[in-house]
Amino acid sequence: MINGAEIMVKCLENEGVSVIFGYPGAAICPFYDALLDSDIRHVLVRQEQNAVHAASGYARSIGKPGVCVATSGPGATNMITGIATAYTDSIPIIAITGQVRSDLLGRDVFQEADITGACEPFVKHSYLVKDTADLPRVFKEAFHIATTGRPGPVLIDVPIDIQQNKLEEFVYPEKANIPGYKPNVKGHAVQIKRAAQLIRESSRPIIVAGGGVLTSGVKLKLVDFAVTTGIPVVSTMMGIGVMPSEHRLYLGMLGSHGKGVANRAIHESDLLIVCGARLGDRAVAAPDQVSERSKIIHIDIDPAEIGKNIKTTVPIVGDMRDIMERLPKEVGDYHVPKMWDETVERWKTELFKIPQTFEGYVEPRGFVAALSKMLPSKAILVADVGQNQIWCANNFRIKEGRFLTTGGMGTMGYSIPAAIGAKFARPTREVVVVCGDGSFQMGMNELGTIAQNHMNIKIVIMRNVRLGMVRELQKNLYKGRYSATMLDDEAPDFQKIAEAYHIPSAFASTNEEAEKIAAEMLKSDSSFMLVCNVSPDTPSI
Amino acid sequence: MKHTLTVLVENQAGVLSKISGLFSRRGFNIDSLAVGVTNDPKLSRMTIVADGDDYVLEQLEKQLNKLIPVIKVKAFEEGNYISRELALIKVNCTTQKRPELMKLAEMMSAKVADVGQSTVTIEFCDTAEKGEVLINLLKPYGIREIVKTGTIAIEKGAASVTS
Ligand SMILES: Cc1ncc(C[n+]2csc(CCOP(=O)(O)OP(=O)(O)O)c2C)c(N)n1
Repeated sequence: MINGAEIMVKCLENEGVSVIFGYPGAAICPFYDALLDSDIRHVLVRQEQNAVHAASGYARSIGKPGVCVATSGPGATNMITGIATAYTDSIPIIAITGQVRSDLLGRDVFQEADITGACEPFVKHSYLVKDTADLPRVFKEAFHIATTGRPGPVLIDVPIDIQQNKLEEFVYPEKANIPGYKPNVKGHAVQIKRAAQLIRESSRPIIVAGGGVLTSGVKLKLVDFAVTTGIPVVSTMMGIGVMPSEHRLYLGMLGSHGKGVANRAIHESDLLIVCGARLGDRAVAAPDQVSERSKIIHIDIDPAEIGKNIKTTVPIVGDMRDIMERLPKEVGDYHVPKMWDETVERWKTELFKIPQTFEGYVEPRGFVAALSKMLPSKAILVADVGQNQIWCANNFRIKEGRFLTTGGMGTMGYSIPAAIGAKFARPTREVVVVCGDGSFQMGMNELGTIAQNHMNIKIVIMRNVRLGMVRELQKNLYKGRYSATMLDDEAPDFQKIAEAYHIPSAFASTNEEAEKIAAEMLKSDSSFMLVCNVSPDTPSI
Repeated sequence: MKHTLTVLVENQAGVLSKISGLFSRRGFNIDSLAVGVTNDPKLSRMTIVADGDDYVLEQLEKQLNKLIPVIKVKAFEEGNYISRELALIKVNCTTQKRPELMKLAEMMSAKVADVGQSTVTIEFCDTAEKGEVLINLLKPYGIREIVKTGTIAIEKGAASVTS
């Protein structure tokens, strides 16, 4: 005989899960009990939202789904922001929640929350399991749904009696059979031909690469394609890392918080080849103007994204992996005209400008650039949300590593837990967090997780004693009437917080100091906190 | 513009709330939604009448298709399908007025489902548009209540929507 909780653990083992992130409570205790007899490593986080962010950082770093666990009621509802973040950012997550006894559902008993109902808009799919015998099928389906097509979070809510009930034996299904779910991975041959035709006829084409390129694991193919054809590349925030920043054809991140050069390139192009990007409002503010000027090829695995934000000349529904196999062959020996080559070359020289500095402060854009040059090639940089995110997005010189941030939801407090997940996924890689003093205080409870697991994560706090990005908005759009964007200059003393968790730290108020400390901290195997004094008047761009 | 869609779904708990949630969340305007099981007891079929331009219709189809329990979505083309809506209409009717009302019902191919002291309930099954015509004709009597099932629709000829 085997009980439901043991079945849940066996399902995870069968899916090759080795690390999960979670927080226990009464309704999930049977599962936690069964976990003791498994090799799966459980990482105790300090708040359930962070279990989901950690699973997200894990998933993005390793290309496998991240698994997180919480108890019923408040544990489950704490997860919602994390789940919504993963949904908007298209990250494969399995979120498991305990639930009250199935015969008590709907009676508002202690710690009952309708979590499948509450998460409805933020999950790719969800299950409320009513029969122990359904568990293997549900887990098989959940992993399949989370990881195929456009990835996303899947929630499995398991009442405590379903975890306790016993079955004769455990059999894990070989395949998921879901009649209503057949993601289209193969691009339509005619559409690929039409796209190739448009590319060959274009004189100023540009590739707009999004997170889908990274999810499909085809960034090298994309770079090859760009190099053979001479087509320049801009990326969305989620697409940063598709090409090394220093590559001659890479023109930076587009959008309202992106590089002027990238936006100019979009403006002057006659063909946009949009790859695995949904082109949200932050990437393209006036999509109608763009589609009037240029032709648009839109490649995405999610048919609902095509035509949603921008009018498309040639839509291709499919996995970038498949399209990148076939499209370059159809395009053949096309190369962009010399004039476009030269324009791109000129733009490239304008991409990284040296920003203005403020006396007595670290200039964060210059420092991010300097820091990234010190990092090993495959380092993972995790940025939080706010000005710090924009400074990183525009100045991190990425090579073969990853840039993790939440581009879609922009959830403050993402960076530290996501970095924890990334480090568990890639223990040998350097993992660096850059956050603001506001966002740090949303995620800092996870210093406990870092300390308890003796992790090596470097944390850089850009301390401007402001909710900088909102303050900047108030400066520009609300006539400098600053409302609720001032933090406390006196407290907290970040270095004392670091000390409380036995994490060494340092303070810098010039770039020279910051760079010296950074070079030292990167030599050590333990975590480190670098607090950079940053002027509140430093602009995002 | 009005669109009539057929949606084939897995017959499981929560599907209806997923679909109605999707409509409200994405701001789609729904005129009616009718649902019942099909010849395959594992499947239910919904007929949805919704309002919006072509962009809305395209998004509607695509977003519905993204829901895992949704097996098939089809938007019917104007003139290619038959639609019916059942309505029960309770009107004020004194004994003196009864013969006149009965005649009107007969002319419109409506049935009299119930006769009370001071009311008559008319049963009408046809397109939603014809139903509106009847309701307008009944207004002078004084309508007490209207109950409608929402439109159901099926394609003409041999065409069919199956999994
Ligand atoms: C959970 C959450 N709450 C509020 C916001 C709105 N918001 C966006 S940026 C920002 C300021 C961030 O301040 P800080 O972390 O200090 O970073 P800075 O902009 O100063 O670099 C706020 C409040 C958000 N994105 N997420």
